[in-house]
Amino acid sequence: MRMDLIQPFINSADAVLAQALESPLSIEDLSMEEEAYRRNGIAAEVALTGEIEGRIIFDVDLGTAVQLASRLAGVAVSETDDALVREAVCELANQIIGNAVTTLNDQGFHFHVLPPTLLTSEQGGKGTEDTEALVMCFSTSSGKVFMNVALHYHRRRAAERAAVAG
Amino acid sequence: MEKFAPVKRSEDGQPVRYLIVDDSVFARKNLARMIESFGGQVIGEAGDGVTAISEYERLSPDIVLMDITMPQMEGIEAAEKIVRDHPGARIVMVSSVGYQENIVAALQRGARHFVQKPVKPEVLYEVIKYVMRDDATAARGAGAGV
Repeated sequence: MRMDLIQPFINSADAVLAQALESPLSIEDLSMEEEAYRRNGIAAEVALTGEIEGRIIFDVDLGTAVQLASRLAGVAVSETDDALVREAVCELANQIIGNAVTTLNDQGFHFHVLPPTLLTSEQGGKGTEDTEALVMCFSTSSGKVFMNVALHYHRRRAAERAAVAG
Repeated sequence: MEKFAPVKRSEDGQPVRYLIVDDSVFARKNLARMIESFGGQVIGEAGDGVTAISEYERLSPDIVLMDITMPQMEGIEAAEKIVRDHPGARIVMVSSVGYQENIVAALQRGARHFVQKPVKPEVLYEVIKYVMRDDATAARGAGAGV
């Protein structure tokens, strides 16, 4: 997978989570996923279509999600408030991925982002050679946050768009 | 949350009335909290562009805070339809997807301003004052953030 597609997601996660949590974070692990995706906790998936196609999964365990939701809401959120905790995870995914998409579009990659959806299945499909998944684990003051990125760059679509524009 | 000098409507001194449009309940709650700290009043909420249009017709808010990426109808299209029927509508796009092409498209279709998520209250506050211009006043010395 092209690293220039990945770097904006790392930068965006760093910026958005640090602002939300008001504390710095670090990347604990970065690896290519060889096995099928397995959900860690509450996960939101965002799909991309266009010159860049694929999906990003933002995934946190319940305890971390509750802490993140409390920080974002500015009030204590309990584990029993499922809906609010899930909403918080989806909104964080939306912000992190949206900011990365902004950077990539401004760099000349043209694609569309769909609204986040809550991922309920325990396991997802295995990445292919075209859409291999990169898994990032961020260590935050509220716990570990995972981001699973599987993207494919459509060179032909980009060339077609350039031909139409030119 | 930081308190701001309340922004009131110039014509009657009443709080500025907002319609919040975002498919995330969480995001709507956060924006509502900020609006409260600006002395504003949330008079309606919508989770998609179609509902936003009908709620605008029903409520005639002073300002609409509109997300872009939403199900059914996206925010830019909804903004365009609202402004077409109500040229005086004040719509501020609030989205995490803030690339130049998107911002230009929103402004060309009638949005007054763009705020990128995550929203900083002090940024939104300044945008609200700018968009309301002479139609609103912020009480002096009423708190921080001014």
